[in-house]
Amino acid sequence: MMRLVDRVRAFLGPEMAGPGFALLAVIVFFSLVSPQFLSRATFGSVAFQLPELGLLTLAMLLPILTGGLNLAITFTANIAGLTAAWVLKSNGGADAGPLAFLIGCLLAIGAGAASGLVMGLVIAYTRAHPILVSLSMMMFLRGLGEFLTRGGDISGFPVFIQPLGHGSILGLPVPLLIFIFCVLIWHVLLSRTQLGFNTYMIGSNIEATRYSGINTRRVIVLVYTLSGVMCAIAGIIMLARFNSVRVGHGESYLLITVLACFLGGINPFGGFGRVIPVFVALIVLQLLSSGLNLMGANQHLATAVWGILLVAVMILRFAATRFQFFKRKEG
Amino acid sequence: MTELAKSSQAPLLSLRNINMTFGGIRALKDVSFEVMPGEVHCLAGENGSGKSTLIKIVTGVYRPEPGAAIEYDGQTYSHMSPVTAQAAGIQVIWQDLALFPEMSVAENIAFQTVLGRWPRVISYSRMHEIAVKALARLGVSLDVDRPLKDYQIAQRQIVAIARALIGDAKLIFMDEPTASLTQSETDHLMDIVRTLSASGVAVVFVSHRLAEVLEISDRLTVLRDGALVGVYPAAGMTQSRITELMTGRTFEYDVRSREVSANPVVLEVEKLSRPGLFEDISFTLRGGETLGITGLLGSGRTELALSLFGMLKPRSGTIRLEGKPVRFSSNRAAIAAGIAYLSEDRLSLGLIQPQSIADNLVIASLDRVTSGGFLSDDRKRALVAQWIADLGIRIGRQDDAISTLSGGNQQRVAIAKWLATNPKLLILDAPTVGVDVGARAGIFEIIAKLADSGLAIILISDEVPEVYFHADRVLHMAEGRIVNRFTPRDCTLADIEAAVYA
Repeated sequence: MMRLVDRVRAFLGPEMAGPGFALLAVIVFFSLVSPQFLSRATFGSVAFQLPELGLLTLAMLLPILTGGLNLAITFTANIAGLTAAWVLKSNGGADAGPLAFLIGCLLAIGAGAASGLVMGLVIAYTRAHPILVSLSMMMFLRGLGEFLTRGGDISGFPVFIQPLGHGSILGLPVPLLIFIFCVLIWHVLLSRTQLGFNTYMIGSNIEATRYSGINTRRVIVLVYTLSGVMCAIAGIIMLARFNSVRVGHGESYLLITVLACFLGGINPFGGFGRVIPVFVALIVLQLLSSGLNLMGANQHLATAVWGILLVAVMILRFAATRFQFFKRKEG
Repeated sequence: MTELAKSSQAPLLSLRNINMTFGGIRALKDVSFEVMPGEVHCLAGENGSGKSTLIKIVTGVYRPEPGAAIEYDGQTYSHMSPVTAQAAGIQVIWQDLALFPEMSVAENIAFQTVLGRWPRVISYSRMHEIAVKALARLGVSLDVDRPLKDYQIAQRQIVAIARALIGDAKLIFMDEPTASLTQSETDHLMDIVRTLSASGVAVVFVSHRLAEVLEISDRLTVLRDGALVGVYPAAGMTQSRITELMTGRTFEYDVRSREVSANPVVLEVEKLSRPGLFEDISFTLRGGETLGITGLLGSGRTELALSLFGMLKPRSGTIRLEGKPVRFSSNRAAIAAGIAYLSEDRLSLGLIQPQSIADNLVIASLDRVTSGGFLSDDRKRALVAQWIADLGIRIGRQDDAISTLSGGNQQRVAIAKWLATNPKLLILDAPTVGVDVGARAGIFEIIAKLADSGLAIILISDEVPEVYFHADRVLHMAEGRIVNRFTPRDCTLADIEAAVYA
C-alpha cells in the first residue's frame, strides 16, 4: 500500500501540490456557485478548448526546462498550418484526398521542425539569448506568413479532416485524445530518456553538464526542434478546428503558455518541473474560464482572473517555503 | 596591546551557554566565547563545527536558545538583532566581501553614511572624503573614484575593512580572510590588522587555515562539532596542533612515492604545446602511478589537463594512450577512450549543485543505466547505492540535492561519477579545495586505493605537501612549462617548496 502511494507520488512529483490544490479549489468553488458547473457541457467545452493551448504549452515547456524560451510557438504553429493548407489547396482544396492531407501533415511537421532546428542551432552555437533568437524567428515567421496569405484566411478544406477538430471517440474529443497522447510522450521523454535527463541538467548548469561529457549543443538543438514539432501538431489541430488558417491565430496564447508552465511548477530558470502538473494546471485555467463563462462573466474578466490566480499561486508558494523554513528552524 | 592591559580589562564580548538547534541537529552545544578589547583572536574549526552559526548569533542573524547570556561592551543582551549589532559596532567581513564591483571604491566605502529614511541628494565629494579618510586610517591609498572591479581581491578586502570602520567598528570578524591572498598580500593584511588592534578594534579571524595569522594573534578558540574544545594562547601554537584540535585526530602522512617502472605505460605526452597556455610538455604515466603536478595559479596546469581531456586542442605534439596516438574532438571522445577529469571548480563545473546526488553521480555514465533506450530507475539506484557504499559517502537520500552535502562528500560523489565511466586515467584537479582537513585524509585514502588497483592518476594541486606526500613523482610547472621534476622519496618537502615559491 505504501509502495503504491510512493509510486503515485513519484509519478506526480512535489510540484503537484500547487496545481492539485488549485484544481480542487476551482471545482469546489464553481460547483457551489453554479449548479450547471459539474456537467457534460462544461466538460465538453474544456475538452475542446484545452488541446490548442495545451499543445502550445508543451512546446514551450521543453525550452523553459533548459533555461530558455521559445517565443515563436504560435507563429510556428501558423506556418505549419499554412504548409498543410497549401498542400491541400494545391491538391483540389475541399476535394483533396486523404493522401494529400497526410503529406500536408508531414510537411507541416517538417516546417515546424525546421523552425525549431534553426533556433536551436543559433542558440547552441552562438550562445545568443533564446529570447532574442526566438523573438527574431517569431518576427520572421509572422512577416513571412502575412506576406504569403496577404493577411487573410485560407479556408475550404475537405470534410474528412473535420473530426480531427470536432469529432469524438467513445465520448472523448479527438483533439483531447491527441493532446493526452502528446502529454504522455512528453512525460516519458522527460522522465525516462537520456535526452530528458540532459534537458534538466542543462537547465541547471550547462557548463557543468558539458564538462560531464554531454553533447549540450545536440541536446539544445533537439529540444528546440521537438518544440517546433509540437507547434506543428498544434497548428494542424487548429486548422481542423477552425477549418481555416490565419496567421496570427492563437497569438494571445503565447504568454499564457509561459504562465501555465509556472503554474504547473516549472522552475522559470530551468532545471526542474514535470509534465503532469502542467497538464493539471492547464485544466485549472480552462475550468476557471468555463466556470466564469457559466456565471455570465465577460471573457476579458476571465483573463483578468487568470492573472490574479497566477499572482496568488506565487504568493502561496513563497508562503509555503517560508513556513517550511520556520518549521525546520523550530524543529 | 600588552598582556597586562588586557588582563585588567573586562571582555568586550562575552557569550555564555550558547545553544542552537537546526532541524533536530544541535549546531552549538553550551558554547562560550570571549573577546577582549583590541585583541586579535582566532576562531578555528572545520566546516560544520559551528563557527558561522556563532558569528550569526553575535551579529543577530540567529537567536540563541533561551538561557544564553550575551554581554557586549558592558551591556547584557538575551539576543542580538542585526540592527543592534551594527549600531554597537560589530562588523563581519564575509569571504565573498559583499561589495558592489561596478560601483566606485568611494561609493562602496561610504554608501551607508549617505543612506537615509528618505530620498535625498548624495554628495559625491563627501563620500570621496569619507573614503579617503577611512583608507588613510589603514595606511592605504587607493584611487577611490575608480570602480571596485579594477582592483585585485586583496585591495577589495581592504575596501571591505574600510567600510566596516565607517560604522565605528569595535569588533570585526573576518571570514577566511587569507584564502585568496598571496604571501605579500597576507603580510600587508596583517600590518593592517596590527594597526586596527593598536587603535583598540578587536579582530576575530574565522578560518581553518591559520598558519599565517597565528603570529599576530593573541588567543585561539577551537570549536569541534558545535562544542567548545578550548581557548589557547596563540604563542607556541602550530598549524598541525590546531588541525589536531579541530579534528580530534592527528594526521601524519608518510611519503607514498613508489617505484612503478614495471607497470605498463598508460599515457605518453610528447612535446605538447598550445602557445600562450603551455609549451613543450613531455611526460609518461604508468598504470598504478600517481603523478603530481604543482605550480602557482596560472602555471598552465589546468589548461594542460583540459587538453588531455579533449576540451582544449593542443597546437602541436602528441598524446598516446596505451601506445595509440589520440586526438580528441571533444571531451566525449576522451571519456570514451578512458580519460576522466575532475574539475578544480566543483561548485560551477564539477557538479550540478541544484540537482540530485543520484543524477550527478550517473551523468557521465548514462549508458550504464539505460536499457532498451529508456533510463532505468532501478539500475540508477543500484549503481548509485554501490558507489555510495564503495567510497563511504555519507548521504541522506539519493534524491537530495548535491548541494546539501559537505565539501568532502560532494567531492567523493564527483570522484564516483568519474569512476563510473571506467577510466584508465583519472585527472584530479585540486581535489581538496573546499574540503575539510579531516575529509581530505579520506579523499587521499581513496586516491591511494585507486592507484593500487592499477589506475593511472594525475594529481594537480597548488599545495605542495599534497603532491609531495601522495604522488609517486612530481612535475613543477611555471609559466606553461615543466621546470622541475621531483621524486618525493629522493627529496624533501622543502626542496619542492623552495622551487615552487622561489
